[in-house]
Amino acid sequence: MSISLFYFVAFLSIFFALLVIFAKNPVHSVLYLIVTFFTFTIHYILLNAQFLAIVNFIVYMGAIMVLFLFVLMLLNLNEGSIGSKSNLLKMIGVIGGMCLIITLVGSARVLNASEPLVLQTQDLGLVKNLGKVLFSKFLLPFELSSILLLSAMVGSVLLAKRDIKQV
Amino acid sequence: MENVTQALQGVPLNHYILLSIIIFSIGVIGVMIRRNAIVIFMSVELMLNAVNLLLTAFSVHHNDPSGQVFVFFIMALAAAEVAIGLAIIVMIYRNTNSTDVNILNKLKW
Repeated sequence: MSISLFYFVAFLSIFFALLVIFAKNPVHSVLYLIVTFFTFTIHYILLNAQFLAIVNFIVYMGAIMVLFLFVLMLLNLNEGSIGSKSNLLKMIGVIGGMCLIITLVGSARVLNASEPLVLQTQDLGLVKNLGKVLFSKFLLPFELSSILLLSAMVGSVLLAKRDIKQV
Repeated sequence: MENVTQALQGVPLNHYILLSIIIFSIGVIGVMIRRNAIVIFMSVELMLNAVNLLLTAFSVHHNDPSGQVFVFFIMALAAAEVAIGLAIIVMIYRNTNSTDVNILNKLKW
């Protein structure tokens, strides 16, 4: 049961990821993407990365997906308003993606990393352990990421704001 | 939590690599075959998440928490990227009344 749980969740991830890119309605795409991210959360729990599971749940499924849905509702796109690419271009895109899969799988086979994944220390992905690493070894990148978020906030407000002189 | 972590035992590392490769490639295909800028953006998110999963798997494999810290940084970066990207999409919509990327084909030249 334990191993097959991974394969079941992996199957669900791939299935919903395919639905994301093939759904006609963008709102359905967003909803499928939320389910895909939920399966990723289950993967993190299976890897005992509890901190990442919680962050993935809150940040991705909560904040980012709500932002996507909000913008979709703001833009009021109808289902048929944007046509799809021609069948030839779609075919070329899918074949190109398959070639990418084949190339990467071939290189992964050369890597030959077939040993089973074993959790050596139980508390590897817990908040306590990660916090110690984050605030000692990665303190400077952590502070820099706050500047990144601040500049992103200022930039997005500046971009989305209407120009006052034009109005 | 004991029984959940037992589920980890026995899944080979290259199956995680295969899963990440497939999800990443689905993201690439999505970027290539869709015309709606928002769906293209969601495909990019899919690619970011595939890499996150692989980083976590290797972090567990090498028993090194640095990989999971990097995933945390990627998530912070993704949040910033989504905010900027969606602001740009809103601005494109305001100027062209659509989010079709084919309207912006002058950017190719």
